[in-house]
Amino acid sequence: MFGFILRRLIVTIPMVIIVVSLTWGLIRLAPGNFYTGEKKIPPAIEKNLREKYGLDKPWYVQYGKMVWNIVRLDFGTSLKYEGQSVNSILARTLPVSATLGFLAYLLALFVGVTAGTIAALKQNSRLDYSSMALAMLGISLPNFVLGPILVLIFSLTLYWLPPTRWGGFPSLNLILPVITLSAVYMAYIARLTRSGMLEVLRADYIRTARAKGLSEKAVVLRHALRGGLMPVVSYTGPALAFLIAGTVVVERIFVYPGLGTYFLNACLNRDEPLIIGIVAFISISVLIFNLLVDIAYGFIDPRIRY
Amino acid sequence: MNGRNGNILEVRDLRTYFQTEDGTVKAVDGVDFELKRGETLGIVGESGSGKSVTNLSIIRLIPDPPGKIVSGEIIFDGQDILLLKTEEVRKIRGKRIAMIFQDPMTSLNPFMRISRQLMELTELHLGYTRDQAYEHAIKMLETVGIPDARSRVDSYPHEFSGGMRQRVMIAMALSCEPELLIADEPTTALDVTIQAQILELIKSLKQETGTSVILITHDLGVVAGMTDHIIVMYAGKVFEQARTRELFATPGNPYTKGLLRSVPDPTSEQGALYQIPGLPPDVAHLPPGCPFAERCERAEDICRREFPPFVALTPDHHSLCHFAEEVYSTSKREREARAGARSQEQVLDLE
Repeated sequence: MFGFILRRLIVTIPMVIIVVSLTWGLIRLAPGNFYTGEKKIPPAIEKNLREKYGLDKPWYVQYGKMVWNIVRLDFGTSLKYEGQSVNSILARTLPVSATLGFLAYLLALFVGVTAGTIAALKQNSRLDYSSMALAMLGISLPNFVLGPILVLIFSLTLYWLPPTRWGGFPSLNLILPVITLSAVYMAYIARLTRSGMLEVLRADYIRTARAKGLSEKAVVLRHALRGGLMPVVSYTGPALAFLIAGTVVVERIFVYPGLGTYFLNACLNRDEPLIIGIVAFISISVLIFNLLVDIAYGFIDPRIRY
Repeated sequence: MNGRNGNILEVRDLRTYFQTEDGTVKAVDGVDFELKRGETLGIVGESGSGKSVTNLSIIRLIPDPPGKIVSGEIIFDGQDILLLKTEEVRKIRGKRIAMIFQDPMTSLNPFMRISRQLMELTELHLGYTRDQAYEHAIKMLETVGIPDARSRVDSYPHEFSGGMRQRVMIAMALSCEPELLIADEPTTALDVTIQAQILELIKSLKQETGTSVILITHDLGVVAGMTDHIIVMYAGKVFEQARTRELFATPGNPYTKGLLRSVPDPTSEQGALYQIPGLPPDVAHLPPGCPFAERCERAEDICRREFPPFVALTPDHHSLCHFAEEVYSTSKREREARAGARSQEQVLDLE
């Protein structure tokens, strides 16, 4: 077990470096620069700027410096938000995005697992069909459509909830963004739970449990749920990655000062250290989450040993 | 003991149908039998003959939909199980009627410790505390011959071999000392050497506890040494019913004769194995006549036209066949011929 974790952690390092190198390459391939704007800059000033930020050095020196920064976990200073280090921006924005993402995933798990289990138990009933139709809608409806619709209904028509802005935790401001962000995951998890449960409910050991005289509740909760939720557990790793992609859009809609908003701004501003910093941070957390999921497998299914 | 005329179980005209896209599958269609307290009944038949569905019907475990018990009575210890409420059936399942299933590799919950799976039963039905249930689980594992039970009780199923898992299933089934044990092909998935051990175990536990047993199998060798009565099923119907010895000695149905001839006989001179020609019929589309007619050596026109009668050859011996009497008397002659040959052999040996 310990050896397995160590091996996986060591593999993380080259993976992060590959992801970051590709990102760096893509930024460099795109035309333009962070200082290019509408106004033409005199060549002397441009030369100064290039010297200041080390852009006059050969590419491998610049690349080496970037990699060294990542290894030290110090991503330098933002080019746009002057005087702010990338690390301090991360520290400030992460709690916002993490709160949003975590709550969205919890909600998705709760609603998804419940709906999926009920759909599986009442297979081919009206309840099953309607919840699966709703799930299909949830998967197909992009969050940049769902968000504004929710705002339109609950904020601008019914005046129940604030339309935008971060209000700390807990606050009413969280409700709409969390629902918007979790819709897709809810739908996915509901479908995964349904198919997982359907498979398990047909298993021989469920028949054994019924033959023991256990109540339907005990059969489902004690015997079936654990096996039926295995697909949901394996989805948790990739879900995190998508969740981050989702926050970029959702934070933009609800004007949240989170990682996603800053990431988008960094890309628009060509703020290279900030882009690299956020990409590195996200890839590290995705890899670590996948590792946690694999470790969790071992605890859930006794047949899996590392 | 109550219950009418010493019967622990009486099944009357049981019909269990499945609705499929292909039409109504009459998996069990008018099955009658009874089982006396302390006796063992063997149910024999090919795959798809309805033997498992019969027994799942007894404890109402037919998945509904698509399955449904359409009619009949299942009288267990004087009460009709089909009339009980679901909660009342649950109190019977696992406590008074227990089941052992065919495949021990998949019939135990892979995510749960053996101890937990055993304790569940006694906690539920006998109201044991955690500690009592734990000790009882160890005792049950010892009873079914699992060595070093105390240290193995907390294992997971995958840490046990197939034979050991079937022992665990038996331990589980017998935890609450059921009055009826239904063993659905308990040895089919096991090695031959393990098969004998498991059968021996069921036999000895049955003698100790006095439980009545229904043993379902497609292996005539298995039922021969274990059962008092045998039912032969085909296409959801009872084809022949008799005391075990009688059925083996003088079968009164062409299908039973075919089955008996299909058992490999190592002393036989001929190398080729006999097999009944053709395949079991599609129970969704049965012909009007005898369902076995297409494969039967004895079949005549009437067999394809009319459904055969259930003929009582002796008070204890019934056969579903237009020519039951004839087949029965042929069997009798053959037995006498065999007996004659044997005594002649003995005479020759003496000389």
